[in-house]
Amino acid sequence: MNKSILIIVPAYNEAQNIEAVIDDLNSLGIDLTILVIDDGSSDNTSEVAKSCQSCVVIRHFINLGIGGAVQSGFKFAKRNNFDIAIQFDGDGQHDSEYIKHLIDEAEQGYDMVIGSRFLFLGDNFKSTLPRRLGIKFLQLVSYILIGTKITDSTSGFRAYSKNAIEFLAENYPEDYPEPEAIILLSKNSYKIKEIPVKMNSRQKGESSIKGFSYLYYFFKVSLAMLLTNFRPKMR
Amino acid sequence: MGNDSININLNIIQYISIAGSLVILLLVVELVRRKKIKEQYSLLWLFFSLIFLVFSIWREALDLLAVTIGIAYPPAAFLLILVMAIYLILIQYSIIISKLSNNLKESIQEISLLKHEIDNLKNKVHNENV
Repeated sequence: MNKSILIIVPAYNEAQNIEAVIDDLNSLGIDLTILVIDDGSSDNTSEVAKSCQSCVVIRHFINLGIGGAVQSGFKFAKRNNFDIAIQFDGDGQHDSEYIKHLIDEAEQGYDMVIGSRFLFLGDNFKSTLPRRLGIKFLQLVSYILIGTKITDSTSGFRAYSKNAIEFLAENYPEDYPEPEAIILLSKNSYKIKEIPVKMNSRQKGESSIKGFSYLYYFFKVSLAMLLTNFRPKMR
Repeated sequence: MGNDSININLNIIQYISIAGSLVILLLVVELVRRKKIKEQYSLLWLFFSLIFLVFSIWREALDLLAVTIGIAYPPAAFLLILVMAIYLILIQYSIIISKLSNNLKESIQEISLLKHEIDNLKNKVHNENV
């Protein structure tokens, strides 16, 4: 026991949400370090986060996107020797109660534990048709490529082992990195598990994926998953 | 009479294309000399401007090439080489841009992490002095 735990909170223009997210994490009663990565926000996300209790803030002076932000978190975790890293959104979508569940599974020896809203809700998840089709498609692609059904491959609520942290600090994909990271880790023989988590609907702001960028997302992610599958193993 | 005027026109276009190829060739060489283009990024430009120069001087080469690869209209063979040149150079640009954007990402991440460490150290020194 007594593993050191880092919560990586990527945040882009989340000045309105970030304080509540950090307070929530602090109230869990788990010994953990909160790292907010302010990914070049144009609002005062950094300042708000810095004023919070026991919170480390790293600010990118240019927006790198979610992949670059989370990777900075892995680099920080690697340099400061953390045993487990949790990726936790800065917009209040994730329910911090489930962090304990993710940590438990990571301590059982899994390298990546994915919090799945679909395991929690089953088929009752309400969403638009294109989004549900996209989700089904990603499930199919990951099943074909790695032989495991991942119900929620876009989930950004995840725990990573020390080994996975060290690997991803050097090799984390860029924009829309989550589905690609599953293939990447699986192909390099890391152990992956999904557990049910509750996710809230967004409090403020709106989803980054809509309209044209949905199509872009679809093709970019499919291509990335497919080609990641055909790259040589790195370990 | 008609034949003569065609010959004259062909000669003029030959001079123009030799001059054009030379201008591109010398421009690239000069830009490399002034260090405006790195040697490794000039190779494709130099290679293709040399090819254009060869085809401008040795006119039968284009006919030969067209016949060999089955193109009925020889100038089309020239356009094919031109398009290939542009494709290759643009693909090289995509490679360079990808590499640059990765280097930029790594640099920004490194700077951000270092800045955090510097702030920490500053605070430590400040607290020790107080």
